[in-house]
Amino acid sequence: MNTQFWVVQAFNGVSYGALLFLIGSGLSLIFGVMRIVNLSHGAYFLWGGYIALSVINFTGSWALSLPVAALAVALIGLAMERLFLRSEGLTVLRTGTIALGVGVLIALAISAKWPHLIGGAHWIQLTVLGAIATLAMYGLFSRISIVPVDTDVLRQVLLTVGFAFLFQQAALDIWGGNNMDINPPPAFTQSIVVGGVYLPLYRVFMIAMAVAIGIALWLVMEKTRMGAAVRATVDDAQMARGVGIDTNKVSMFIFALGAFLAALGGVIGGAFLGIYPGLDFEMLPLAFAVVIIGGMGSLGGAAIGALAVGLADNFGKALFPEVSYFTLYAPMVLILAIKPTGLFGRE
Amino acid sequence: MISQNVKILIVAVCLLAFAYIVPQSGSFVVLLATRAMAFAILAMSVDLLLGFTGMSSMGQAAYFGVGAYLTAVLATKFHFGMGWDFWLVVVMGILLGCALASLFGLFAIRAGGVYFLMITLALGQCVWGLAYRWNSLTGGDNGINMSGRPNFGLDLGNEVTFFYLVFAFFAVSLIALFVLVRSTFGRSLAGIRERELRMQILGYNTWLHKYIAFIIAGGFGGLAGVLWAHTNGHVSPETVVLTTSVDSLLMVVLGGAGTLVGAAIGTAIVFGLREFLSTLVPWWQYALGGVYVLTILYLPMGLMGIPSRFRQRTQGKDEGAKKLATKPS
Repeated sequence: MNTQFWVVQAFNGVSYGALLFLIGSGLSLIFGVMRIVNLSHGAYFLWGGYIALSVINFTGSWALSLPVAALAVALIGLAMERLFLRSEGLTVLRTGTIALGVGVLIALAISAKWPHLIGGAHWIQLTVLGAIATLAMYGLFSRISIVPVDTDVLRQVLLTVGFAFLFQQAALDIWGGNNMDINPPPAFTQSIVVGGVYLPLYRVFMIAMAVAIGIALWLVMEKTRMGAAVRATVDDAQMARGVGIDTNKVSMFIFALGAFLAALGGVIGGAFLGIYPGLDFEMLPLAFAVVIIGGMGSLGGAAIGALAVGLADNFGKALFPEVSYFTLYAPMVLILAIKPTGLFGRE
Repeated sequence: MISQNVKILIVAVCLLAFAYIVPQSGSFVVLLATRAMAFAILAMSVDLLLGFTGMSSMGQAAYFGVGAYLTAVLATKFHFGMGWDFWLVVVMGILLGCALASLFGLFAIRAGGVYFLMITLALGQCVWGLAYRWNSLTGGDNGINMSGRPNFGLDLGNEVTFFYLVFAFFAVSLIALFVLVRSTFGRSLAGIRERELRMQILGYNTWLHKYIAFIIAGGFGGLAGVLWAHTNGHVSPETVVLTTSVDSLLMVVLGGAGTLVGAAIGTAIVFGLREFLSTLVPWWQYALGGVYVLTILYLPMGLMGIPSRFRQRTQGKDEGAKKLATKPS
């Protein structure tokens, strides 16, 4: 274990931390602004990677896949927030979406179990059956009033976990169950030599990207009107509403931003983690570790937390492989027990 | 309203009917029912925390996991617990669950609301990390395969015999938890759930009450783990994974938090749906995700809460439904 070992491990830890910052900062902002514990955040990460793969397959451009995947997932996140995490408005659309989902599942289940009942599982019968089931479900669900999730943490957790399962299965159906890799442009696969240590250029790029995004986020939060509105909402949503800030718009913006960042992380991380089913629930606890250590709702905290988790993960795996995840989560427990709001969180 | 005694009678009749019908319904149903009952003990322990004390734990799989790993490690490495000593393993599993919970409780109990959720998540991940990485003890990602079930005159290798054993454990757990929540102690827990500050002002040591409830729940989690290991014959990090904890929470909410029986019903529905659909179609996880979403949006009080929700509706007090939704502390 010479100096080189420590340098390489530290570098790997920092670059992993850069990736964790992307997924963790969004989660942290979403909690800070909206008080929503979002367990579908890992799914956003996974979907970012998968959509990027499709874009690369289709256009061959890796650079294009970054914004396209991130924006697409931001839209998915936005739709989820508007339809299911808010209680007011869009009732028809929400009920319609639920009815369509349940209706299609009923049609598929009937055609799989009793195909003879509908004269074979042909697509015409499927469509008709699906339409009938959807209408019936719409009739049923529009009669039951929805109970808003609002600030009930447990129900948020279960609702978003439900969506995480839906996203996971949808990803499996669309992209299959194989482990896939995102190949960055060849220029990134080289290494640079600093003081006799080989550093993969891609990891340098990851760090640069996270730093750039971190600075951009900081500028938006500190220097713009929107950022001021966000900070006001984090501190006291009720007061912010009182002084005329449209907290509804703020939370819409933040949720989309969080999904955007997680998807960006998925594209960038896909190159060295790979993209495979189950990655979503592997990244989710790590993202929570970042948020908890840093403090929910704090950008600087997310940066420190990401760095800490990245380093702890790398050194843990290198030095104490048998207890490596323990060395990651145990400090998290201690921080929570001593200062529940995290290192930089505010009450 | 149906009186309490009638409700108890209904549950008892349902349990007896269940124990009578299932063994005659083929080995698939017997195995499914056995698995569901072992898991239902875990779900009921979650209900003790969530429904009766108002603590939503995201790490209950930890106690389930240590119970299961204890059984598997003892059986494969020391050939312990395959005869009469099976009962010793049961006791050890319960004690280990209690011990772990009494350690974790020291960290977790003082946090409230979302921080309790986070800290239990972290504690659960600690146990998962050990199970996943501590290869020499836990077999890492592959887990541990156990060979056969205990045989002490009573051959538990027989699926029906084993079903009756797990059924007995399930019924005893249900009765024990029911007695517990109806006791003075259980009443104080409900008081803490409703308004912790008021209980403190009345002179109750609410921390100690919550701590003891947490330990008891851990013990039942450990017991469920021991039974689970023998039901499946295989223990892997999947047992301790975050989604196991979240699943158990959903089962409680689906059935109806604060009812115990609801936890068992929720478990039965989720297991039934999963096993039935997964043999039928490859996309069963849509149904599971759908159950999560629909339960949360439309049935915040769970299936057991349907009658009261319906009553409210007919009385035109639909707004009140929200107030009756489960409240975390």
